[in-house]
Amino acid sequence: MSAGIDLENVCCDFGTFRAVDNANVSIKPGEFFSFLGPSGCGKTTILRMVSGFIEPTEGAIRIGGKDVKGTRPNQRPTALIFQNLALFPLMPIWENISFGLEVRGIDKATRRKKADDLLKLVDLPGAADKMVSQLSGGQKQRVAIARALAVEPSVMLLDEPLSALDLKLRQHMRAELRAIQKRTGVTFIYITHDQGEALAMSDRVGVMSQGRIQQIAAPRDIYDNPVNGFVASFVGENNIFEGDVGPVSAGMAGLTGPHGAFRARIAPEAQGKALKLYVRPEHTVLSRSAAAENSVEMEVTEVAFEGAFISVHGVAAGGKRLSAEVKNDGVTSVPGVGEKVFASFDAARALLLPDANVRG
Amino acid sequence: MQDLIRRYGTGLTAVFCLLVAFWIIVLVILPNFAMFEQSFRPYLPVVEIGGPKDFYSLANYGKIFDNGFATTILGIPVTMPIHIKTFLDTVFYSALVTFLTLIFAYPLAYFLAKVAHPKSIPTLLLLLFIPMWVSEALRAFAWYIILTFNGPLNALLNALGIIDQGIRWQNGVFTSYDAIVIVLTYCYVLFMLFPIYTAITSLDTNQIEAAEDLGSPWWRTHWRVVIPHAKPGIASGCVMVFMLSAGSLLVPTVVGSTKANWFPQTIYTWFNDALDWNTGAAYSMIFLLVCIVFVILAMRVFKVKLSDIAK
Repeated sequence: MSAGIDLENVCCDFGTFRAVDNANVSIKPGEFFSFLGPSGCGKTTILRMVSGFIEPTEGAIRIGGKDVKGTRPNQRPTALIFQNLALFPLMPIWENISFGLEVRGIDKATRRKKADDLLKLVDLPGAADKMVSQLSGGQKQRVAIARALAVEPSVMLLDEPLSALDLKLRQHMRAELRAIQKRTGVTFIYITHDQGEALAMSDRVGVMSQGRIQQIAAPRDIYDNPVNGFVASFVGENNIFEGDVGPVSAGMAGLTGPHGAFRARIAPEAQGKALKLYVRPEHTVLSRSAAAENSVEMEVTEVAFEGAFISVHGVAAGGKRLSAEVKNDGVTSVPGVGEKVFASFDAARALLLPDANVRG
Repeated sequence: MQDLIRRYGTGLTAVFCLLVAFWIIVLVILPNFAMFEQSFRPYLPVVEIGGPKDFYSLANYGKIFDNGFATTILGIPVTMPIHIKTFLDTVFYSALVTFLTLIFAYPLAYFLAKVAHPKSIPTLLLLLFIPMWVSEALRAFAWYIILTFNGPLNALLNALGIIDQGIRWQNGVFTSYDAIVIVLTYCYVLFMLFPIYTAITSLDTNQIEAAEDLGSPWWRTHWRVVIPHAKPGIASGCVMVFMLSAGSLLVPTVVGSTKANWFPQTIYTWFNDALDWNTGAAYSMIFLLVCIVFVILAMRVFKVKLSDIAK
């Protein structure tokens, strides 16, 4: 039983501060949807509006097609997993998990059985009678998920639940969360500032900045076709070139600036705005001689070995910092520090993008 | 100790320790012990102290069972010693005061800790504190005036049309202890409020929200999440209010009716009117002991540990 969620022109003001500005998004039933953005971008506010702790100043929120205006969190078919999990420390684990059932007046034996079943689902059998303080971070995480699943919500809301875990556990829990979501078919709305997390787990990602949703797309699209400079920078590294945009033909345009003339893709909606050229370091190729187009000479200042790839940083004319990633495949040659090389890129891999979509 | 010496030097540490020792030994243990010792000796003229009549016995303690009078408990006629009756009344009405302060203080503490805007807290706390700056005697007299037959409370109720003739509050409407219960509740409500307020402040608001998110109505959230967390605060508030109420001499003396006797008044009478310090000491010891037992039993019933209260 999962439900879709629609946000229609949702705004939320705290005093004079607009935390969420005109959010429009339609989340499908059973979808794993992430809101990604830096802290203070309004993503948690959206989550709290969906769960019912905050009422939107304007606009409508629909869960399963029903407008939820005026209904309290305890009347909504949502279950929220808090950033600090908010487990009840004075109840044993099984009572924590079955609290939502206790509220619904279900008898003790049934509750206990349901708690045991859920503990199996989250791979934590035998913890039923322990206290919260006896569990590790990852185990508490699982209990929080079980507690939320116990009320059989149509929508699960997760507020950066993995942020307190160490890297290894975080990666493990990502896969686990994804698996639980697939198994239960519940709609997940996931809040995070970690682009890796959002891209790896989600069906779709909404990138937010300063209260506005910048782009909603599949992770791949977010990364490969960001709609603006903010999205491009938030989900990955970029080499950025400024300049004046030339005429557009067949979705491509030229950009002429202090570092030379370039050619790159341009989206129809970006035309006519002030644009910059963005290209990812992994699409930037280093060579001893200049390429036919989109080539900049730079002096290598740092070579950082990252394992699967080698990150090469350099400075071009005018102090412009550039970086490239060289695959550690044993074939591609890696320049040394102080060497002069040409950084070039394929025009189809570069994008002309406006700055972030901010109010004003 | 090592830590104290390292931090403050030997001299200051010695001063600290001596002051604490002075306080505990000279001001607490010795007087209590002296009273304990006196309570077993008879009340004698000065010349006979240390004489053949001066020996230890439980006679002073036995006096509490003297002077039986006929009364009824729940309709059953019994003969009960007058001081035992006073004693039971004191414990019962102190427990009632404790319960009433809890009823008033808990919602207020929750409001202050979790609902009120943080900016308004200092003002609200100040407003709560201001009456405390006035001496307890003055507050008791203020209530004496409020509750008097031609006083403002009756005037107000009359003006509102709630009553058509004055109520003799000090004689009591429900019991002869009404006025004492009202004024003690007023005087000690803050002793209940602050421990509970402190306890609720330390509760993570997310837990309240989590309970609500899981579908819990407000009363269940309080019953299952807030009250269990605040239990140590509630317990220490209850112990404080109970002991203060049971030990109050001033309030019952000022506002009590002629039919309402409070046990500290009985003790006071032994000390001050009868000048029989030995029996007064014995009564004090009984009172102290039984109140402690009562508190311990109450803590057992509500599953509160002593270490919770000390927090």
